[in-house]
Amino acid sequence: MLLRNTFTCALIVLGLASLLRSSALAADGPAPSEATVRAAVVEALTKQESAEQVAALRKIPVDAGPIAAELLTLWKEGGIYLHEDDEGKITPVTLTGEKDADGKQAALLLLDKSPFKDGEGKPILIDPAEVSGAETDSNIRRAMKDLTDMAALSNPDLKIRLRAVSDVGLELNQEKLPALLERQKVETHPEVKKALEQSIALTQLKSPDDAERIKACTTLGNIGSIPSQDALKTLAAEATKEGKKEVAAAATAALEKIASHVKVVNTAGTMFRGLSTGSILLVVAIGLAITFGLMGVINMAHGELLVVGAYTTYVVQCIFGAGLTLAPFSQSSLTFTIPGMHATGATFSVYFLVALPCSFLMAALVGIALERGIIRFLYKRPLESLLATWGVSIVMQQLLRLVFGPQNVALESPAWLSGSWVVNDIAFNWNRLFVIGFAVIIIVLTWAVLNKTPLGLLIRSVMQNRDMAACMGVRTERVNMLTFGFGSGLAGLAGAFISQIDNVGPYTGQNYIVDSFMTVVVGGVGNMIGTVISALGIGVVDQSLQQILGNPVLGKILVLGTIILFLQWRPQGIFVTRSRSLES
Amino acid sequence: MNRPFQRRESIIFFAFALLLVVILPLASSIGWISPFKLNTWGKYLSYAILAIAVDLLWGYTGLLSLGQALFFSLGGYMMGMYLMLMIGKLGQYKSNLPDFLVFLGHSELPAIWKPFYSFPFALLMVVLIPGILAFIFGYLAFRSRIKGVYFSILTQALTYGAALMFFRNDLNMGGNNGFTDFRFILGADIRSDGTKRTLFIVTAIVLLGVYAGCRWLTTTKFGLIQRAVRDSENRVLFSGYAAANYKLFVFVLCAIIASIGGSLFVTQVGIINPSEMTTQKSLEAVVWVAVGGRGTLIGPVLGAIGVNSLQSWATRAMPDYWLLFLGAGFTLAVLFMPKGLVGLPLQLRNAFVKYKSRSTAEQDATPIPAAAVTIKPTPSPSSSPSAE
Repeated sequence: MLLRNTFTCALIVLGLASLLRSSALAADGPAPSEATVRAAVVEALTKQESAEQVAALRKIPVDAGPIAAELLTLWKEGGIYLHEDDEGKITPVTLTGEKDADGKQAALLLLDKSPFKDGEGKPILIDPAEVSGAETDSNIRRAMKDLTDMAALSNPDLKIRLRAVSDVGLELNQEKLPALLERQKVETHPEVKKALEQSIALTQLKSPDDAERIKACTTLGNIGSIPSQDALKTLAAEATKEGKKEVAAAATAALEKIASHVKVVNTAGTMFRGLSTGSILLVVAIGLAITFGLMGVINMAHGELLVVGAYTTYVVQCIFGAGLTLAPFSQSSLTFTIPGMHATGATFSVYFLVALPCSFLMAALVGIALERGIIRFLYKRPLESLLATWGVSIVMQQLLRLVFGPQNVALESPAWLSGSWVVNDIAFNWNRLFVIGFAVIIIVLTWAVLNKTPLGLLIRSVMQNRDMAACMGVRTERVNMLTFGFGSGLAGLAGAFISQIDNVGPYTGQNYIVDSFMTVVVGGVGNMIGTVISALGIGVVDQSLQQILGNPVLGKILVLGTIILFLQWRPQGIFVTRSRSLES
Repeated sequence: MNRPFQRRESIIFFAFALLLVVILPLASSIGWISPFKLNTWGKYLSYAILAIAVDLLWGYTGLLSLGQALFFSLGGYMMGMYLMLMIGKLGQYKSNLPDFLVFLGHSELPAIWKPFYSFPFALLMVVLIPGILAFIFGYLAFRSRIKGVYFSILTQALTYGAALMFFRNDLNMGGNNGFTDFRFILGADIRSDGTKRTLFIVTAIVLLGVYAGCRWLTTTKFGLIQRAVRDSENRVLFSGYAAANYKLFVFVLCAIIASIGGSLFVTQVGIINPSEMTTQKSLEAVVWVAVGGRGTLIGPVLGAIGVNSLQSWATRAMPDYWLLFLGAGFTLAVLFMPKGLVGLPLQLRNAFVKYKSRSTAEQDATPIPAAAVTIKPTPSPSSSPSAE
């Protein structure tokens, strides 16, 4: 607990310090001048006894603004030196960092930032090794923390303020109550208001007045405050011991309310994670739904097409960044160097948009080569196409390994993918939202290509009745090639997508191949909607099992088992493509 | 081809038996062949047993199982459990428990481990565990008429799931390190040259037995129906045979054969871990069969020994490029040599005859189709395994 508090405090202080650099916004009301604060800190520093120092610190006004936090941080981190002259007068100074030949440094007065000089106006040089730094003990640090905590309550930065408000509540410290109530009067932001309400109620749990405690319990129950569970449990136990039945009942009722809220949050979170896991499956499997589902080709190299897309993204990123040198054949001295554009900021972050079409094209080209070179001879022999493409997948893995090296390559995900959006305690991570959005776009794209373009018409006609389509003058060979190319391109897109959320290495594709085949088989071969439903279904079941079992691998094994059993019930998947043929 | 042993075949069989069981071990004991080499060949022989299992399923019944590596390593694990217990107090922790169990904080042997002190029990489990697993999975799969590539994909999922399970520490099967550092088998030092020779002889005898047994099986009426299932399952069904039962039997049998191969593999290689239990390994076994020649029994044996010898040479001679050659070679073999090395002479002869008849036809100006047809040998049933 102490550790956590210290950590939080350090975070707040750091946040304050960084804020100072960007904008020195004053909080509410007229802040005390910088000189006053500096003088107060200097006074505290010159005291000899710890207790005196604490007392001096307490005098620093709460709304001192960022300068207080800056000085205190400096103090705590040992950046302040106490120069003692011959008469024993202590002068707190900071060092400038400019060393002379002896390693001595010029110093600035902490009081007003002016150069530290002796009576004759000559600068006094200080050797950091000889002069003692300002020290702290636990009492001083606690006083500092109180100060920074209180200051954070009115911090103009929303995140810092929110955090400070929540943390103060968890301390359950009656002394902090007035500050919280004070803040409640002026606070306007709804999120902080809610946090304030929770913190005030939490603090009031410690109140000597029973009626106030009961009221606090009701409030906490109503807002479904998850962090207050521990405090409420303690209260319930204590109240039962003391024989205060009403308080205990109120605490228990609040706990029950919170428990049901937690359940809702967990279920919603699981559903959301399930949807995003399902979306990953969907994106990965959609290419396979075309090559395997529509065309009936078992392409074991599908995972490698995915990796081709991922590496294309990597190369594009390198072109936008620092460039790339490849040494594909270790024995020879042959190297290729791709120059980089050294783009930064916004220009760099659009690399992903450029990488998407590149990945699609690259994988599509490889796919078309595969179809022309091997698969077209094996349309009548699906088992053999499985084996031949497995051979190809081995070759491709090894080629990628030779060209890009056996290690995973490092891709920088855009900054906007980290972080989350919290609604009613349910965290929606941005990268999971991105996953879902990407899946929706890919599905819409695939649907549009298949249903709204001339190529889609040809694809559907050939897949439904090849001979009849050929009679009508459709060049079925060419359609096969393009269909396979389209499916492969989708795998490439999936690769670009995977590169943002997973490691990229020569063998990455293997992690996805089993899952994507299962998705297509469960969905019903030859049916796009089936693939969508099965991907989302498998995702949700997977995440729910993880939630229940608390173990991802066991969940995954159970999912595989469930799928095998599911195929007992519906051997042809969720959606059966009906045909009169005996050998379907 | 499907008649019982012909005389010539019997002679060749016994010649091989003599070579494997007597001559090679003898040559090793007088120092002509290094014990290391003999041990390596012993490993290939256990791979050959796995290859026969794959071929009996794929080449003869048309079921491409990607789960044979699972059964192979299950057999290995069962034997490995016995061997782990035989280490006794010689492990790192000087405990009666296997090292990894001590490491995981066990003070007592888990109940499922206890019977494995007995060698016959371990042998029984080598047969039973994969057999039961194959029966359950096969029963479910064949009952709902899952076939072709769907069967392959499902067996792939089964293998994947099992590997995930064995990678976990709380299964108490050694996690991703698996079992290793064996010391004794039936009281004999497993690392001594004599034991290694004996193990080689045992493996050779088992391989010969499996070969002869499968040879016999494929000549019976059962073998005939097996091939009929491969060529046209619907016709078999309409003729009143319960094709599912035939497939189930073959599937279970092949799981057991693979498992026995795996148990012999572990005694000779001295290590078993979940990386043996992958689809990749199953597919490697399929490569041996495809290269050697499926639908024959000698093909898988030749393929397993040939590809593995080549591999052990090539991974040293050209580590970066070996996989390129393996992948490309395998793809080409699938495309252009549907009957593998064993079928290559016949394939070449056919091509030659075709070429000759065409050139004579061109010379004579008047084509003689009847002659061309009579020259062509009629294809045996096994020549078109996936002609459905």
